[in-house]
Formats: sequence, C-alpha cells, structure tokens
Amino acid sequence: MVVIALMCLFLALTTDTFFTLVNLFDLLNISAVNVIFAAGLLVVLIAGGIDISFAVAASVVQYLTALTVDHLGGGNWAVGFLVAGFFGFALGAINATLIWRFRIISIVVTIATFNLFFGALMFFTQGVSIYDLPNWWLDRIILFEFDTANGFAELTLPVAVMAAVVFATWLLIRRTTLGRQLYAMGDNMEGARRIGINIAGMHYLAYGWMGIMAGIAGLMQAHYAQEVVPNAMYGRELEVLAAVVLGGARLGGGRGTLLGAILGVMLVAITQNGLNLLGVSPYAFKMIVGAVILVAITLSGSGVGNLLAGAMGRDKRRAVAR
Amino acid sequence: MLLELRNVSKVFGGVRALQSVSFDVAPGEVLCLAGENGCGKSTLIKIISGVYRPEPGAEMLFDGKPMEGLTPGMARSLGIQVIWQDLALFPEMTVAENIAFERNLGGRPRLVDYGAMRKVAAEMLARLGVGIDLDTPVRELSIAQRQIVAICRALIAETRLVFMDEPTASLSQSETDALLTIVRRLSADGIAVVFVSHRLAEVLEVCSRVTVLRDGRYVGTFPTKGMTQTRLTELMTGQTFDQDVRAADRTANPVVLEVEGLTRRGDYQDISLTVRRGEVVGITGRLGAGRTELALSLFGMTRPDAGTIKLNGQPLRLRSNRDAIDAGIAYVSEDRLSLGLVQPQSIADNTVIPVLDRVLGPARLLSERKKSTLVGEWIRRLAVKIGRPEDAVNTLSGGNQQRIVLAKWLATEPKVLILDSPTVGVDVGARAGIFAIVHKLAEEGMAILLISDEIPEVYFNCDRILHMRDGRLIDEYLPGAVPMGRIESQVHA
Repeated sequence: MVVIALMCLFLALTTDTFFTLVNLFDLLNISAVNVIFAAGLLVVLIAGGIDISFAVAASVVQYLTALTVDHLGGGNWAVGFLVAGFFGFALGAINATLIWRFRIISIVVTIATFNLFFGALMFFTQGVSIYDLPNWWLDRIILFEFDTANGFAELTLPVAVMAAVVFATWLLIRRTTLGRQLYAMGDNMEGARRIGINIAGMHYLAYGWMGIMAGIAGLMQAHYAQEVVPNAMYGRELEVLAAVVLGGARLGGGRGTLLGAILGVMLVAITQNGLNLLGVSPYAFKMIVGAVILVAITLSGSGVGNLLAGAMGRDKRRAVAR
Repeated sequence: MLLELRNVSKVFGGVRALQSVSFDVAPGEVLCLAGENGCGKSTLIKIISGVYRPEPGAEMLFDGKPMEGLTPGMARSLGIQVIWQDLALFPEMTVAENIAFERNLGGRPRLVDYGAMRKVAAEMLARLGVGIDLDTPVRELSIAQRQIVAICRALIAETRLVFMDEPTASLSQSETDALLTIVRRLSADGIAVVFVSHRLAEVLEVCSRVTVLRDGRYVGTFPTKGMTQTRLTELMTGQTFDQDVRAADRTANPVVLEVEGLTRRGDYQDISLTVRRGEVVGITGRLGAGRTELALSLFGMTRPDAGTIKLNGQPLRLRSNRDAIDAGIAYVSEDRLSLGLVQPQSIADNTVIPVLDRVLGPARLLSERKKSTLVGEWIRRLAVKIGRPEDAVNTLSGGNQQRIVLAKWLATEPKVLILDSPTVGVDVGARAGIFAIVHKLAEEGMAILLISDEIPEVYFNCDRILHMRDGRLIDEYLPGAVPMGRIESQVHA
C-alpha cells in the first residue's frame, strides 16, 4: 500500500504523463489479464496450495478454444467463455486429482503439469501461431472513451471482465460457505479434516476455479494481443505469483485478500509503466521489478520499525526448523 | 450408561497400544481418564471419536446401540465431541467464525451469514460466562482463551459427550479454575465430560470417577471419593514410590556451565545458574515458562540480549548451534519426533549427523568403516534394541528412538548435556532405562541440565531443581529436603 502510494507520488512528480486518465486506463487495460490470473491463484493460495501451471494452461486453453469455436462454425463471446471456462476447469481438475488423489505436493504437481502442458502444446502446434481467429474474438470493444488533452482514454472489454471476475471471486471467498471452508483448509488442514470439510471437493474447487480463471484470462489475452502464440504467456506464472504474495497472501495458506492481490499486480504494472515513462532501458525492467518486489515484501512483512524484531524472529524459525 | 466399551484393543505395527480395555461413561457425569504419557489414553479417544478403528472383537455401545464402522462424522452426529490438545482451530479466522464454523458446513453451498455466526458465538460465550472479543483472530489469543473457543465450538452441536485432552496442561491455576467451573456447568446441563489429565489434584476435585490405564491395559475404574493422590499415582505407574532421590551435594565438583544474568526479551529474564561436573540440575515449570527458550539460547540457536554463558570458566560467544556443539554442549530437543531425528533415514545415519567430520576417511569422504564403528559403540553403550543399523529410525519404539537421539548427541562427546522433556511419548518401562543412562553419564562427569514439567521425573533424577515461571527462575529445591507434593503445588499454583 505505502509502496504503491509512494511510487505513484514519485511518478506523478517526475513525469508529466503518469498522472493522466489515458495512462491510468492504459494501466488497467494492460493489467486486466494478470488480475484475472491473480484472482484464480489467490483462491489456490488461500486453500494452502500453489499453482505454477496456470499461465501455460491458459495458452493450451487458447488453442483448444480456437479449434473448438472453429469446429462449431464461429461461435460468439458466450460460447467462447463457456468453452474456455470448461477447458480451464478440466486442466485445473487434472492438477486437483494429482494433488489430492495421489497426495503429491502441489508445487511438484504443477511444475510437472507446467512442463506437460507446455511441452504438449509446443509438440502438437509445432510452435505455430494462430492469426485467423473469429471476428468476435478480435474486434476491440471499447466500454468508455474520453477525449482528453493527452489523447483518447479508453477502457476495453478485458477491464469489464476483470471487474466481473474479481466480484465473483470476492463473492466466493468472502461470502459463501464454500469460500470459508477453503480458508479453513488452508489455515489448518488437519483441523479442517476433523471438522468434516470435504477435502477432495475443496481441492477441485480451488484448482478448478484457478483453471476457469486461466481460461478466461487466456481468452482476454488473445483478444488483447490479436493472436494466439504458444509461448505468449510462458513466464507469467512467477510474475503473478510474486504479485499475489506481495499482496499479503500467505504461501502456507489461510490468509490473503483480493484487494491485496490486485494491489500487488498493480504495483508491478505501475513499476513497469513508470520505468517506461521515465525512459529507462527495457533491459533493466526485470531487475528493477525484482528489487521493488523484494523491498515491498520486506516492508509489508514486518513494517519498517519491526525489521529488527523480524530478524530475530528468523532465528527462532530457523531453530524450529532444525 | 451413555457410552459402554468392552474388549477394545488396538495394535500399531506390532505394538499393542490398547489391550482389551473397558470404559463407560454415564450421562452428565464428569469422568477422568488417567494414566501416564503413552498409556493409550489418546488412542482410546481416537477410537471413540472414529479416527481409529478398534481391532475386531471390540464391543462399543452408545445409548445402548452398537456403534459399528464409526467415522469422525458419525461420532459427531451422535453428539461425541473431542477437544484435542492441539485444538484444531483455524488461527487466521476470528473467534466468532471459529466457534460457529459448523454453520459453514454441510448441505448446499450458501451465503455466509456473519451476523448469525456472531450471534451464536456470543450466546455460547455468554453461556460459559466468558468474555472474548468476537473479532480477534484466534492466533492472537492466549492458550487458555483458545481452549474456551474450542469448547464453545464443541458445544455448538447437540453435544452429549465431550472429551477434553489434557486441557489444563498449559493453564495457570486461575485459568484452570475457570475451566473447571465450565466443566461443572456442562455436567449440570446433562453433558458428560471425560477429562484427560495427569494433574491429579484437579482430577480428584472435579471428577466423580476415574478410569486408569497403564501401558495400554485397563487397570480399573474407581470412585474419586476416598481416593488419594498417592494411591492414584501408584495405580497409574504400577509402582509404589519408595524410589530414592538421587540428590547429593556436589558443590565440591568444579563448575562446568555458568550462566549469569541471561536475558532474552519476551522469552526469559535474568537467568543465573550453574551446573557442576557430575551434577544433574532440573528445570521445571509450566509450559510456556520459558524453559525451552532458555535451552535454545544455551545451545546457540537464539541469541540472548544480555548476560554471559561460561563453560569451564571460559566465556562463550555462541553465534550458532555449531559453536555450541564445538564447545561441548549438546541439546536433545523436546520434540524428538520432528526435530531430533530424520525419521525415514537409517539409525546409523541419524547417529552420525552431528559428527560427520569425525567419520571422514582419506580424501575427506565419508568412511563407512569409521561410521559403523562409532554407531556400533553407541548402540552397545546405550543398549538400544535395534534390528540393523541400516533400518529406518521410524521402525523403532519411542524409548529406543529417544536412545538414538541421545546416542547422536553423545557422539559429539559433550561436556554439558541439555535434555528437554526426554520422556514425552516414551512408555513407563523405557523411562527408567533412559534415566539409568542419564545417571551413568553424570557419574562419568558430564554436567546435565534436565528440563521437564513432570515433577516426579525431576524429583527423583536431579541433584537440584530450579523452578521457572514467566521467564524467571523463582526458586530452587533440594529433592529429599523438600517433599515432592510441595514442589508440585508450588509449580501448579
């Protein structure tokens, strides 16, 4: 929070384009896909798991959806969401089955499926991109448009989808009994089992939700990029994971908020955006984003004043680890 | 009778945890299930709550109806609730949601009614006459408050029988009294409570009957009227306490470990103590008194804020436990199963972990020959019953695992040995063996610090007993000169 505010202030003062409606809307348009991913990943983290495979799963869904709607003779947005959601859920269910049924830890399973999904995609597509997507998929839909002094400020479809997805996820995790069971499972797995929570069902819910989000994000990414490229989202998983953890979600499970996850994604986006506006070399982006994430996590994890105590706490944890 | 069990047995990998035990509970009564650690109390509770299946031949009746193929869900729907020692709460969630979590379960998914949840939770807390803020996350509560939350949760359902597993282990006297008041209220409401405890005074105070288990066998069920603590101890341990205290004056021996003014904020304050050559010094006190925290600092795992530690007169600066090991300090941790041993690895590998640099051959690679010599020596000296040194450690019984932990640390040839609750999870028979080893080590000149919350254990095995409370050493007792009962009442006061 503090870091974002400081960074926004800094950028507003040092560049004359950051604090404009055009740039703000641009930020939202660019971040929409990552926020959708983050909403899904947050659910998995809350349930005490982790998913590395979602970004390549989204690419797989893009191909399967393109093939399916082509097969169906064109389709439209409704069909697109349905098909992408279905394939996404199916891929998520594969992860859930492996993790729950075979008791393999989630990071191992999803690193394996990450390779499996991506490898299969590259093999079957021979790395070939798809450019002739149906028109409904490619036509840009502009929701709002303002003519400002700095040019046109537009909000596009992915932002609306992002808003809907965030609302649905909020409803799930904060307001439904299922969501509370997810938190409980992530918080204390043994306790959840003893109180009678359906652990298997919760796994399918968490990874299935992640899968649906990945499907939708894939749909939006192809819409935004105007093409389907097999390795377009390779590498996003760590970016989104870092952003969600930055937003306060605990890797052990049981803790995490949507607002935090969104702010985490926005922080990364703002950093990149700011570097662009400041004219920093693109080669330095990754390095600086990494440093910003580290600083923000250190500050939010303990607070500046508690850093000393935090260092002492680390001793204790190490002691326990032995 | 509400609950009647006959002929309940349980075998774990060849070890008989329970042997044809009988057990019954009347409606609304407060019964105590007593026995030493490892006597099978927890196993019995797990069978009654459906976590474990008994061996065939068991007869289990609830309300006169047989309970067959019992699962945790079925047990709960019958009205059997267990408040586990580890409580099984959700630390990140609020008090209200923890208490009323049952509302989040079952049936179709639906919207959460936080308002109703708060209302139910508030009513339940009021019924027990306790005030805890509903919106505090459970992780911020004290152990005593968590206990209350766990009790409230158990009572949300139509409960007829509640098991409380060692509910008072980490409570102060006033907290314990508050809990006992609650137990009496439940009993007055017709809810039967089975109280599992090894703190005898409170048992005799609150229960009408006591069922005693020893080494997995049913000893009997006795009315608490006319029962004395001494008699109950005899029933639990199967031995009459004519045991001799070991205590002797060893002030002539040179001081090995000397601690002065040691302080670590939030953990312990101004600790000064000495341990002499050949001396066994006990540290006792309630859970959370700071005993383990102190031990961790003496072993270099945490850094004190102030004070000095001297070994044979030389000041020590312990930056890590490696420094402590090199200086000649060994620490056998409280939680041997998760911290002390690498369970799936072999007995031999576990034994040589801290002394890998002594079993190097040419070219500084591990020498199998040196390793097996060292391992063989310690297995012989500590009389560990093992198959082969290559077997995994988790194939051993609790008592033998504890010996392997000891062997591992003794292989470092320490001058000071810190034992933290060395008999937790070790059955009664094996305890005597472990203490025989401790006494022998002391005879050989080792300085030993024995941490335990079981008063008899420190009373009969130490030369001096230090009493720790709230991070401070508040008293010192000489076993023999002070009766054991007085130390017990001091510690639990």
